[in-house]
Amino acid sequence: MTASDAGHLSRREWLLSDRPASRVQARLGRAYVAWRRFSANRLALVGLLIILALVVVAALADVLAPYSPTVGDLKNARLLAPSAAHWFGTDDLGRDIYSRIVYGSRWTLYVVILVAVIAAPIGLLVGTVAGYAGGWTDTILMRITDIFLAFPKLVLALAFVAALGPGIENAVLAIAITSWPPYARIARAETLTVRNSDYIKAVQLMGASPFRIVLRHIMPLCISSLIIRVTLDMAGIILTAAGLGFLGLGAQPPLPEWGAMIASGRRFILDQWWVAAAPGAAILIVSLGFNLLGDGLRDALDPRSGDQ
Amino acid sequence: MSVAENQAAAGRGSARAVAILSSLGRFLVIAVTTYLGLLAVTFFIGRVIPIDPVLAVLGDRAPTAVVERTRREMGLDLPWIEQFYLYVKAALRGDFGTSVLTTNPVMSDIRRVFPATIELATLGTLIGAVLGVPLGVLAAVKRGSLIDQIARIIGLIGYSVPIFWLGLLGLVLFYAKLQWVAFPARLDVVYEYTFTPITGFYLLDSAMQGQWDVFYDAYRHIILPAALLGYFALAYISRMTRSFMLNELAQEYIVAARAKGLSETRIIWGHALRNAAVPMVTVIALSYASLLEGSVLTETVFSWPGIGLYITNSLTNADMNAVLGGTIVIGSVFIAINLLSDLLYRLLDPRTKTG
Amino acid sequence: MSDTLLEVDDLRVTFPTRTGLVQAVRGVSFSLGRERLGIVGESGSGKSQTGRAIMGLTPPQAEVSARKLAFDGMDLLSISPRERRALRGNRIAMILQDPKYSLDPVMTIGRQIVETLRTHEKVSKAEARERALAMLQAVQIRDPARVFDLYPHEVSGGMGQRAMIAMMLITGPELMIADEPTSALDVTVQLDVLKILDKLVAERGMGLIFISHDLRLVSSFCDRVVVMYAGKVVEQIKASDLRDAQHPYTRGLLNCMPRIGFERHPLPVLDRKPEWAA
Repeated sequence: MTASDAGHLSRREWLLSDRPASRVQARLGRAYVAWRRFSANRLALVGLLIILALVVVAALADVLAPYSPTVGDLKNARLLAPSAAHWFGTDDLGRDIYSRIVYGSRWTLYVVILVAVIAAPIGLLVGTVAGYAGGWTDTILMRITDIFLAFPKLVLALAFVAALGPGIENAVLAIAITSWPPYARIARAETLTVRNSDYIKAVQLMGASPFRIVLRHIMPLCISSLIIRVTLDMAGIILTAAGLGFLGLGAQPPLPEWGAMIASGRRFILDQWWVAAAPGAAILIVSLGFNLLGDGLRDALDPRSGDQ
Repeated sequence: MSVAENQAAAGRGSARAVAILSSLGRFLVIAVTTYLGLLAVTFFIGRVIPIDPVLAVLGDRAPTAVVERTRREMGLDLPWIEQFYLYVKAALRGDFGTSVLTTNPVMSDIRRVFPATIELATLGTLIGAVLGVPLGVLAAVKRGSLIDQIARIIGLIGYSVPIFWLGLLGLVLFYAKLQWVAFPARLDVVYEYTFTPITGFYLLDSAMQGQWDVFYDAYRHIILPAALLGYFALAYISRMTRSFMLNELAQEYIVAARAKGLSETRIIWGHALRNAAVPMVTVIALSYASLLEGSVLTETVFSWPGIGLYITNSLTNADMNAVLGGTIVIGSVFIAINLLSDLLYRLLDPRTKTG
Repeated sequence: MSDTLLEVDDLRVTFPTRTGLVQAVRGVSFSLGRERLGIVGESGSGKSQTGRAIMGLTPPQAEVSARKLAFDGMDLLSISPRERRALRGNRIAMILQDPKYSLDPVMTIGRQIVETLRTHEKVSKAEARERALAMLQAVQIRDPARVFDLYPHEVSGGMGQRAMIAMMLITGPELMIADEPTSALDVTVQLDVLKILDKLVAERGMGLIFISHDLRLVSSFCDRVVVMYAGKVVEQIKASDLRDAQHPYTRGLLNCMPRIGFERHPLPVLDRKPEWAA
């Protein structure tokens, strides 16, 4: 197909062509089909919007927050009820809760991204190596994975942070250590389905090293199911991080982390309920966003799993 | 039956025995390695991460003589592998050291607080299963209907809401505003000293002794945290039930059951749910295990004197023996439920009994 | 005809899909006495949906309409769902393709047979068991008492299909719809199962609708044959007159059957012309 031919087709036809002329066209076409399936799901779009909003709020926190997240007006603004000046009220140190929630979005993103960046590659590596190597390597790696899978995640994360010392970095580390096993299982399952396929054989015959095969030919195939799973896990990660924050093991004062904010609001819950209510609602909305997005991605990218 | 068939049957019998033995062997290997793994991780957390494990255990206020004695007692001068061996041996005896906070052996502390957690998690799972299974079934049968949408929303929120936050809101509404439930504790102070528990499950104990005023009080204390845990179990159980039921309802035997002229009620509850029941057992067991784990947060919110509150109290007091002892106990029960539900699955499904 | 069991006139089954309405069955008409009628066609010809529409087992989102769909003088489309259900498994029964999937895997064979009986007749448990055992005997299962307590996965495909027949015949139905009853079975047991079915149908004077893609099987087994293509009946013919079939599609199907001693080159290919479906 020449460029002038392509000009006659609409962009949509070009994307949906069943005879793509280039790899780029094929990829774009598949992405377009997945996007159409995804965007037909209204709830998934809502989820996407929530997450985009989270990113925007985190990026523009300095602009969006009218007050400092850490320094409050202790003299005049302690525990004020929601009003025009303080949309979500103020806390016991006279800080504007709305501003703290806006800045807190940064910590939520920080936790979620760091956990994903640490846990997903560990799982990917363990799973693909186990699946590709097979034999004893597989047995041992998968036994370790299953052992970790059988642990209670929250309690173990708790114990880790107890030993490492409280702090948001240690909380991230503890959550990452307990959340890689499912990724390893997914990566292994995907690896097993392609390991014996002809094109892997072909690459082997061309003399590619196992390292190169796993890295260049197997790992890319695991990415899409891994992304779905990581997105679906995001809500759980946020909830665990907030739980650790609530127990005083995550972010330390005066960081405006949402879980820790709920913990500090707990003392006034019966009289000044808004101190704890607003950050909890923020956690709920963002987790909901990730769950909706994850469900939508799963349905769009992996139609086999259908409606669960 | 002919001779040949008899021999074939005998062959099947011994093959079956071998299959049972080998699956039992595999089960044992999995159980042992998982428990060793758990102990290895807690060993790592307790002995390897801290710069000085003795200080981590005793706190930095302990006198030097005690520190030195503890260092020898913990065998910190030995090689790691030997330390681990001693550690496992002690753990198997239920010896997790002494709690700095309560000065009791950790195990006796845990024995005292564990029934409270079990009572709460059991009631929570019961609520979740009793409501969640029918909700999931109805959602699957009336797919896309209002009840399906409601089930979906309940599930989504259950997967997205921080449990401790919902607990706090529940206290504001049901305790402070409506006064339907009692304040966060297990019993009113009046009963705390007059009531003698037998099993440690207060609802059961008070009913057994005919102390209905205590029973009512215990009920008013447990119902909110149990309902909260029940909601989380409900979210998970209904979602899984719906998915299993959809899968079963699409099977050919459902068409056959309709062709037999069975009523829809009979088809749904007598055939589809019976088939879904096998994986459901696993789901309910897993949700029970996760409620045990979730107790760490719920018990903190509701001042419920169970193992979760014990762990978090110990955390704030840097009482590592108690934290790790509690972790091992919750981890062990969690693992045991995991393994047993797997075993139960095999026993319940007639398809896995042979072949 | 006074002993007409089933009358089908202009039966239509329509499925709504994302791209619009799809008619799976488009105006099928035939009538049936106490005889054996074969419905033949390729997959997707609407033969199975015809059978399911008669049973009342069409999926809820699909729509069934007909000028007439009457069983024993009863208008099947106007009676209540309850009355319809009372007919199913009682006076009209159906055998499905693969016993591996069509028997409930977690219920013993005996209980599944008893269940049909006790749904439609008030009988004691002991009597139900007796009759189920007798029925298992009738489908030539040698050791009924043992098979009664077995789970479906514990028996072979042929045994499973016999159990299926027992389950569907125990109430003594007048009309039996067999949807590819032997296609999932080993070739060696296909004939056994067919013989059992044939014998029981003859003994009990039932009407039989035999749905199959296998024209030869149908022609040797049935009195009359309805050939379907794309949701329509293209030809109705007596099985004995099949060699004189007029319609090119039927002839095409016939030509696909290998015959000993005849040259098979080039291999005949089924002709499919859009105007047959029009």
